[in-house]
Amino acid sequence: MSIPTSIKTITQRRETSLILLIGVLLFGVTMRAPNFVSVTNIERIVNDTSILIMVSIGQFFVILTGGIDLSVASMIGLSGMSAAMINQYNPGMPAGFVLIIGMLIGMVLGMINGAAVAYGKVPPIITTLGTMSIYRGMTFVISRGQWVTAHEMTESYMNLPHGNFLGISNLIWWGIVVSVIMFYFSKYTKRGREIYAIGGNKVAAKFVGVEEKKIHMTIFTLSGILSGIAGVMWTSRFAAAVNETAAGFELQTVAACVIGGVSIAGGSGAVVGVVLGALFLGIINNALPVINLSPFYQMFIQGAIVLVAMLINTLSEKRREQELLKGRQQ
Amino acid sequence: MAEKKRELVSGSRLVDENSLKERLIVIFTKWEVILAVLIVFEFILFSNLSPYFLDYFNLMNSTFTFMEKAIMALPMIFIIMSGDIDISIASIIALCSFSMGFASSHEIGAAGIVIIGLLAGLSAGMVNGFLVTSFKMPAIAVTLATQSIFRGISQAILEDQAYTKYPEKFAYFGQGYLGETLIPFELVLFLVLAAIMGFVLHKTQYGRKLYAIGNSKEAARFSGVKVDRARFINFTLMGLFCGISAVLLTSRIGSTRPNIALGWDMEVITLVVLGGVSITGGKGNLFGVLMAIFLLGYLKFGMGLINLSAKVMIITTGLLLIIAVLLPGFLDTVKARRKLRRQQKESGMVEV
Repeated sequence: MSIPTSIKTITQRRETSLILLIGVLLFGVTMRAPNFVSVTNIERIVNDTSILIMVSIGQFFVILTGGIDLSVASMIGLSGMSAAMINQYNPGMPAGFVLIIGMLIGMVLGMINGAAVAYGKVPPIITTLGTMSIYRGMTFVISRGQWVTAHEMTESYMNLPHGNFLGISNLIWWGIVVSVIMFYFSKYTKRGREIYAIGGNKVAAKFVGVEEKKIHMTIFTLSGILSGIAGVMWTSRFAAAVNETAAGFELQTVAACVIGGVSIAGGSGAVVGVVLGALFLGIINNALPVINLSPFYQMFIQGAIVLVAMLINTLSEKRREQELLKGRQQ
Repeated sequence: MAEKKRELVSGSRLVDENSLKERLIVIFTKWEVILAVLIVFEFILFSNLSPYFLDYFNLMNSTFTFMEKAIMALPMIFIIMSGDIDISIASIIALCSFSMGFASSHEIGAAGIVIIGLLAGLSAGMVNGFLVTSFKMPAIAVTLATQSIFRGISQAILEDQAYTKYPEKFAYFGQGYLGETLIPFELVLFLVLAAIMGFVLHKTQYGRKLYAIGNSKEAARFSGVKVDRARFINFTLMGLFCGISAVLLTSRIGSTRPNIALGWDMEVITLVVLGGVSITGGKGNLFGVLMAIFLLGYLKFGMGLINLSAKVMIITTGLLLIIAVLLPGFLDTVKARRKLRRQQKESGMVEV
């Protein structure tokens, strides 16, 4: 590859344009509020966005295969409520152990999704639409409609995300570690590449020996595990486990993927893009009050951004196809 | 179509050769029959559990709680049938209801309010249809975005306020009865609309085209079906029906808040899928959805009567949805196995 073409591919990549866009956004907000780009504020934004980053990456792998996981918010709710209740009734149990249990609960919930898709042949959207209701309903059933509030949680549980390592909060570390591991998984492991293969062309992937069932189990279990961690982090960070925890969050995770350049039809996208997409959403959410826009505009603005991002995705894909065609004709 | 014919042929041969047992198996593995049996079972169960269930007045009045969703399920059949999906419908309701509240606060009469509500729904549906067909974006992605946009508009303007002033005449649509009878206007309107939509789906060329599109968009296009036009019409119809539903709902509860009808998109899709319409398109009928509507509607009513919480209801709906999709696949496997065994038997007999 000659140097000019490699520069061209870098500038054409979604990640580059997203970084530029984030830069422009930060600059624009700073014009109105000079304090916005400060170390503490940036840290706050990343902290706010870490949960979204983790769950969006799980969502990303599902979307990569052409599916969708609508149950992530309910999995966060159920695993978060379970973990908070375990902490409430067993205050002696180390917080790290509760985190692992929450993660395992998420894993089991994800495996149920995966089994229904892989072995029951139920399409992902129907499976997760169903489990979205089931898991949310189960949250109400186990909690009997009650909340777990701050004074019922132990100090160490509430400190899970707030703790500090090298001056950076634990929650941010979780976001970073998950992102790095998942980046490696998607790019350099066999299973990771197989997920791309299934998303790109299911039939071809099967012919080269990719087992679709195993892939479905992998992606939904992964999404469950990440939602499980997110659930524990959510309830400990906000020091409350309510029954509606994270309701509607699934749309934000899909939005982060779409903004990050992931094609809803499957087969294309990357972890880095998803992380940037989530950060972009996080910055927007934090910037609204700073530039004096009422938070009631948040929903509209998010929808509009997703729509624009999708239009850009589609149009650039079309252009790429046309260029490919042109290249062939020459 | 071809598959269905083959099934019929083999079915009739079955009847010749074999007995009542085989015929019963063919009938009872049909989805609509299963739903009908479930409804009968449901009625027997609840009338035994509660003396208030099998009561004409109660059965009529409880339809108020699910007719608005039922009306939205009708065009949703068209959309899912042709392989699309619309998850913005609850937000369209919010937009319509907001427009009507806005109109009402500017002293516009009942008729004007209704027209504005319908127009708001129609245009929202057209926006969806336009985005899906002209940019070739997946319907789920487009309607995910417009879901936030439509509700976002009403939330941005209404904030935490609500419209609660509607003219007295407006209350009829969601609260009125037909003449002196005990039959709710909503129920009658739904039945009329269901008859029209059923006719369109099963007796017109347009309906046949939807089946063709759902089975294969490419094949339909090559045989001269204007696929994108049909999809655009579907989304527009969906918007219009959301408008109708918004009129009924707003009139029934008499107020508009930004969170109106939240979560209804999933409930409506559940009705359609539970009714036997394949989520990948091309399969299903309106009759099955009709059954699913009354099955779920009366299930909710009955569970309320015996004091089961709404949360148990949510779990039940979710389970039903997954089972509804699992079961036909399972039944197909059973049927295929029986067929195989029979063929083996027949060929064995020939050899003898």
